[in-house]
Amino acid sequence: MNSLIRFSTRVMRPGSILCRQRCLLDGQASAVVTRFLSETPKSSDLSELVKKDKVVVFMKGTPAQPMCGFSNAVVQILRMHGVDKYTSFNVLEDQDLRQGVKNFSNWPTIPQVYFNGEFVGGCDILLQMHQNGDLVDELKKLGIRSALLDVDNNEQKK
Amino acid sequence: MQPTIAVSSANICMNRPVETSIRTKLNQRLEPTHLEVVNESNMHAVPSGSESHFRVLVVSKHFEGMSLLQRHRLVNEILCDELASRVHALSIQAKTPQQWECNPVIEVSPPCMGGSKHDHSMAAKVGTPSK
Repeated sequence: MNSLIRFSTRVMRPGSILCRQRCLLDGQASAVVTRFLSETPKSSDLSELVKKDKVVVFMKGTPAQPMCGFSNAVVQILRMHGVDKYTSFNVLEDQDLRQGVKNFSNWPTIPQVYFNGEFVGGCDILLQMHQNGDLVDELKKLGIRSALLDVDNNEQKK
Repeated sequence: MQPTIAVSSANICMNRPVETSIRTKLNQRLEPTHLEVVNESNMHAVPSGSESHFRVLVVSKHFEGMSLLQRHRLVNEILCDELASRVHALSIQAKTPQQWECNPVIEVSPPCMGGSKHDHSMAAKVGTPSK
């Protein structure tokens, strides 16, 4: 957070605006950090962004209001696992970021999901990880207990 | 077993150049035992006849030993020209023959949420419909 604020005071030029939203369960942003980018983000900038949270999603729209079916699918999958608190970036608001993250990830489409700063994939990969159980394991590595484990436990008790 | 490959007639080649290119490149590079290339553009807010949104199912022995991410990156690499130009969205299912045999299901893409309508980069991608 501090490094982003220092960066923004150093590069206060008009241009694209990047909004970081910390999304809560009720969909309201609790904190917004704005950065002004005058050109395609440097990989050093993006390498900071992808590590801002355990789960970072570059998407179209926001978790509260996705603007794309594939981005919405990512949000819904994460929500099924009880992952509602994560950092997301709306690439529709920043074309420089949109192209920058594609270059950085070497991945041509949006949405893009990062776990602990490591690129996971897009909607298709997240869906398959969810279907084959790998997503539960990967979230566990992040220190996140999937809500689906509690669902399974409750069903076994019945 | 004979590979299941859709044969494109000259007419289809002319009317669906992007689809034809996708099929050709995937066939050449991955020698799939099963291949499906689905133009899903009509599910999105793009002009009729567009070739902007695709779903591909590729079943190939070349994927053996590869992680999901490696498989998808390979498909992206094979179709990099299409993705850099006409193709806005590409859904990928990349399976080995064994995985396909265990679960021969082609996924369905989620419904469009109108993002393309607000996406200024779409005009360049869609261009003039092929039809």
